[in-house]
Amino acid sequence: MKLAITRAGLIRAGVFFLILILVPVVGGPGWLLNTLIFTIMYAALSSSWNLLGGYAGYPSLGHVAFFGIGAYATAIIFTGSVYGGYAPFFVLPLIGIAVALFSIPIGWVSMRTRADVFAIVTITLLFITQTLAFNLKNFTGGAQGKSVAPAPFDVSTYDWPFYYAMLILLAIAMGISLYFRRSKIGLSLATVRADEDKAHGVGVRVTAVKLIAFAVSAGLVAMVGGVWAYYVGFIYPQFAVDPLITIGMVLMAFLGGRGTLWGPVLGAFILVPAQEYFAQAFGASELYLLAYAAVFLVIMLFLPRGILPSISERLKRRRASAAGAARDSANAAPTAIPTSEVKAVR
Amino acid sequence: MSENLLEIDHLTKRFGGVTAVDECSFTVQKGTITALIGPNGSGKTTAFNMITGYLKADSGEIRFNGETIARPRPADLYRRGLSRTFQQARIFPELTVEENLVVAAGYSWRQLFGRRVSEIDRERAKKMLGEFRLEAMAQLPSADLSYGQRKLLEFAAVLMSDPTLVLLDEPTAGVNPVMIDAMEQHIRQRHAAGVTFLIVEHDMQLVMRLCDPVIVLDHGAPIAFGSPDLIQKDTRVLEAYLGS
Ligand SMILES: Nc1ncnc2c1ncn2[C@@H]1O[C@H](COP(=O)(O)OP(=O)(O)OP(=O)(O)O)[C@@H](O)[C@H]1O
Ligand SMILES: [Mg+2]
Repeated sequence: MKLAITRAGLIRAGVFFLILILVPVVGGPGWLLNTLIFTIMYAALSSSWNLLGGYAGYPSLGHVAFFGIGAYATAIIFTGSVYGGYAPFFVLPLIGIAVALFSIPIGWVSMRTRADVFAIVTITLLFITQTLAFNLKNFTGGAQGKSVAPAPFDVSTYDWPFYYAMLILLAIAMGISLYFRRSKIGLSLATVRADEDKAHGVGVRVTAVKLIAFAVSAGLVAMVGGVWAYYVGFIYPQFAVDPLITIGMVLMAFLGGRGTLWGPVLGAFILVPAQEYFAQAFGASELYLLAYAAVFLVIMLFLPRGILPSISERLKRRRASAAGAARDSANAAPTAIPTSEVKAVR
Repeated sequence: MSENLLEIDHLTKRFGGVTAVDECSFTVQKGTITALIGPNGSGKTTAFNMITGYLKADSGEIRFNGETIARPRPADLYRRGLSRTFQQARIFPELTVEENLVVAAGYSWRQLFGRRVSEIDRERAKKMLGEFRLEAMAQLPSADLSYGQRKLLEFAAVLMSDPTLVLLDEPTAGVNPVMIDAMEQHIRQRHAAGVTFLIVEHDMQLVMRLCDPVIVLDHGAPIAFGSPDLIQKDTRVLEAYLGS
């Protein structure tokens, strides 16, 4: 795993964010900014999901619950009648922290299970949250939906604040992702993902790092939900707690590469535009979902670990075989420990 | 002078109809390299699993360092100085060789939020890697190691916490003769530095030259205990290995 912050890495991130910062200023077709807002939103969601699902190896299928909670928190604090302005953006960190704290007991209970059981438990979380959104009518408006305070932004640049808010959240999610990788949190999470029982046996603070990953991941997702609610202006339980959003963030991380920094971002930048395109091509029918699934299937068949890990694996193998050829001809010195070993055990 | 570092008292574990460990009692004295031997399926690994908190005992008691361990938990025991390796070496293949050592070295809450591998971590790991002659591989993914090297790495990793008692489950099974010698050297070195060992091992020559005393387990209970010479002459032991 490459962990040092290299110049190439800095340049890559710099160019990526610079281009995205400049897009609204430079302008383009009307649909571009809207599509990009959702692409960046999913990149942020998937990057946040990856902190838990990728680094810790706990594939939550219920993360949209926190998205919905963030969305409703924003809608409840800034109801349709009050004047919103920029205030909803400034309240986001509080929502993020509150949801992160709230998620700790949920994480503690659900992460007593593993792998497929954990996935099922978290799906339950999704449906409980959606049911609550439907039934707590006093707070959520139930099936009638709930309006969020109108955003008083200029028509010509209406999308800009939402766009930049999403971009900042993506930068934060990626920053935390990078921080995890470079700290003992990431090192500990890697042991949890590889062999949790053994991790206990060498004194890794397993429960603590799992909860840190869960809470940070949930808090970030809630903040994205808050921006989304303010952007769409009117939220319904079936859209704020939509299983498709969960599936989206999971698929994008799988596609680009779980447990990598750029994988979820890459996944989002492939799948969201693809989805938009198919939705246009096939009209309002749900057929576009089939096309969407097909894209995913094809890539996973050829690159089962996701795009980035598969590519780096291939590069590594090519480099290793080149190095191996060089070594053979140079007649390398023997290593201290013989590498030829009897591998079989009973 | 002898002091019991580990005391096992009437430990029992059943798997359905099979009683894997049956009212098993033995002690490990401080400063020894004690062997735990017995035919396949005699309950050695199961005993290890209960002692180190990986498996809940049906009944019985475990005392370590004079304290009764009411609910043995792997992480607690490791921090208290009781560590183990597994019959099938368990390392973290995605991590580098160095990181495998660093993560096992223990760290404070503050360090959890600090650098993945700090300079101090690196120094400590380097010392251990030097002892195990794995320095050249420090930055390799540990997935690249051979089976024998993995066993060495797992052993080196559990030593990072400066344990007082190390349980090794078949440290030389499936590794080549050169590696068996290396493993023996490392055990002797650490033993000289004050570490107590409890070793499950099938290589009888190794057991006879390295360990004293030897505990023989059969059907989940000790049938003999004593010096290697005594054990070799014990008729019950011969029967257990040859008969039934
Ligand atoms: N998880 C389990 N479930 C059911 N039976 C088990 C389990 N673990 C061990 N056993 C049984 O318990 C008995 C003791 O097994 P154990 O692995 O402790 O033996 P061992 O002495 O370590 O043998 P070996 O020398 O082959 O490693 C065996 O009969 C085994 O089949
Ligand atoms: Mg065994």
